Amino acid sequence: MSVSAGHPYVEALLQGSRGLPPSPLSWLNQRRAQALERANALTVPTTRDEEWRFTDLSPLTKMHFQPVQAAGALTLTLSDIEGMLVPEAGLRLVFVDGMFAPALSALDGLPAGMQFANFAQGFKVGAALAEKHLACHVGFDDNVFAALNTSYLRDGALITLAKGVVCAAPVHLLHIATQKEAASYPRCLLIAGSGSECMLIEDFVSLQDGAYLTNAVCEIVLEADARVRHVRLQRESLNAFHIANCAVVLEKDAVYQSHAVALGARISRHNLNVVQNGEGAEMKIDGLALISGRQLADTHTLMDHARPHGKSTQLHKCIAGGAAHAVFNGKVFVREGAQLTDSAQQSRNLLLSPKAHVDTKPQLEIFADDVKCAHGATVGQIDAEQLFYLKSRGLPEAQARNLLTYAFGAEIIDRIPVPSLVARLERTVLEQTQTGQQPS
Amino acid sequence: MTGKNAKILLQVRDLAATVVGVEILKGINLTVRAGEVHAIMGPNGSGKSTFAKVLAGHPAYSVTGGAVQFEGQDLFALAAEARARAGIFLGFQYPVEIPGVSNSAFMRLAYNTVQGARGKEELDPLEFDDHVREKMKLLDMNPGFLDRSVNDGFSGGEKKRNEILQMALLEPRLAILDETDSGLDIDALRVVAGGVNHLRSPDNAVVLVTHYQRLLNYIVPDYVHVMDDGRIIKTGGKELALELETRGYDWVVDEYKKVGAAV
Ligand SMILES: Nc1ncnc2c1ncn2[C@@H]1O[C@H](COP(=O)(O)OP(=O)(O)OP(=O)(O)O)[C@@H](O)[C@H]1O
Ligand SMILES: [Mg+2]
Repeated sequence: MSVSAGHPYVEALLQGSRGLPPSPLSWLNQRRAQALERANALTVPTTRDEEWRFTDLSPLTKMHFQPVQAAGALTLTLSDIEGMLVPEAGLRLVFVDGMFAPALSALDGLPAGMQFANFAQGFKVGAALAEKHLACHVGFDDNVFAALNTSYLRDGALITLAKGVVCAAPVHLLHIATQKEAASYPRCLLIAGSGSECMLIEDFVSLQDGAYLTNAVCEIVLEADARVRHVRLQRESLNAFHIANCAVVLEKDAVYQSHAVALGARISRHNLNVVQNGEGAEMKIDGLALISGRQLADTHTLMDHARPHGKSTQLHKCIAGGAAHAVFNGKVFVREGAQLTDSAQQSRNLLLSPKAHVDTKPQLEIFADDVKCAHGATVGQIDAEQLFYLKSRGLPEAQARNLLTYAFGAEIIDRIPVPSLVARLERTVLEQTQTGQQPS
Repeated sequence: MTGKNAKILLQVRDLAATVVGVEILKGINLTVRAGEVHAIMGPNGSGKSTFAKVLAGHPAYSVTGGAVQFEGQDLFALAAEARARAGIFLGFQYPVEIPGVSNSAFMRLAYNTVQGARGKEELDPLEFDDHVREKMKLLDMNPGFLDRSVNDGFSGGEKKRNEILQMALLEPRLAILDETDSGLDIDALRVVAGGVNHLRSPDNAVVLVTHYQRLLNYIVPDYVHVMDDGRIIKTGGKELALELETRGYDWVVDEYKKVGAAV
């Protein structure tokens, strides 16, 4: 990533961070200051940067986003967000434009040994744990967006599970964007103690269709034998910019399973780095990007096997209609000594129109000799024989196409273990494919 | 089963069609009246499935000559989906698998589309479920197939049963069943044939493409046609099928060539 002193765009974004009141926690102030320093030194990447080769951020740099005004979080009521709730999740943390909204959250009935709170509340008990992990896994030294987020670090979601605690129902972390031309910095830290289990639904939605920037950071730590399921839904406005950095660290025999669905945003970028830090840990990563119009959705994943006996499986699917552009870069890294790694990665892509395109780049880097690694990528169109079969039963062309498009995505969606989300995504996908088909 | 006065459902005249530029159908003539059962037999590669797919509107085949009328209207003016709604049903020789599309959701969509086109009542998921289970009983089918993806991982015989189930739901005017009997075990053949017979009425007709006389014991044809090299070269009654079973096709082809040479 290129470096320049005081890049004007970054400078403008940083304007609000300087006025932030200091935290009573000195380590937090320190991390913010370090991040601010890095943000000042870094610049917004261009397509000349290898990691951003297919994703041109210049539309983002043309917009001038203001730091969020506090008002949004205060005016919303539960009835405004009814349609976004997930019935299976009894526990809910809501952030509006990056700010905690206690009145919209539901925090009763936490299992003993579990915390699910905003930082201010959560740090009362969990500060030591947070100090150990917060801003330690998503590096900001050479990542301008992580640096920006961290320099704004003020509030976020803290989820901790003590040893052996099992939270049976999913917890819902809902980020709502209400302000146009605003930049928000959602933040999440999840620490699953050894043998604990939970499911996090990280959900980005919008109540408006304007342009804004969501710059999110999420860090997830799984101690030995912990199991975390991470459902991530990106449903931003179609004019929004969504940039997210997520880092996951797995200790011995931990299992991390992720289902990331990207539907919204004009330009979105999701970096997911999973590091296998302990022997025998396992990662299962599903991704689906469903885009149309002029959307761009970029997913970069890294499955980093640093210890022996690791297992990773990944299925990433993109469905692109209109003139949309999907990008997938999936790196599998097998370090020296990570023997008996078993990794399988698939990238499958469906193009719904001649103008849509996809850049997919699975990458294997293997430095151990006794490993099993398979990967593959396909790009295709709707199958003509399947289409004819459906039409021969009376289904109109558009409906038949939608059904097949849905079926392609269903493989990912159906694996999400939350029925109400599956149903909602089914509807969204059918609607979105319908609108995606109309000539623009 | 019917007299010459029954209504003509399908009238095919000199139909020619190509696929990837190769002529496969070279002038087919066929008239199907309401209430009739026609069997089309013939060697592998003679064009039987091509004929069936051209009638159903498969986009890979281009019609290069002739005309087809279905209930008095120009069949080729209709898109594949419109033909289905008008009452044409193709039971595929090789039904495609569609992973991710639920069999029951698909069949309900198809059912409601066709019902809607006929000005008949559409069913909600619960009502449809009852309805389809009734039809499945008729075909001795396990309701478990409703929850699976369309034909996905079905055995050969299960796929064929699923085709007939769709036929039972859509109640077509003209059912073209392409080798529905192949892949069925002896009991399944009886069940499926019973299902087809159950659906027959004086108003509809069935065209059976088959290689075996056995199916015709259960669904007795009014006419048996022999197709060879893209043409129907002989037409007879149900006894022709028995004769073909013992004598094969060569004699029919020879006979046809002799007549052709004489003209
Ligand atoms: N899509 C296609 N591309 C190329 N050739 C084709 C295509 N479809 C059909 N054909 C050719 O057309 C000819 C007729 O095929 P068709 O499937 O109609 O035969 P059939 O009579 O149904 O045979 P069978 O009894 O084996 O089912 C064959 O030679 C076949 O290879
Ligand atoms: Mg055939």
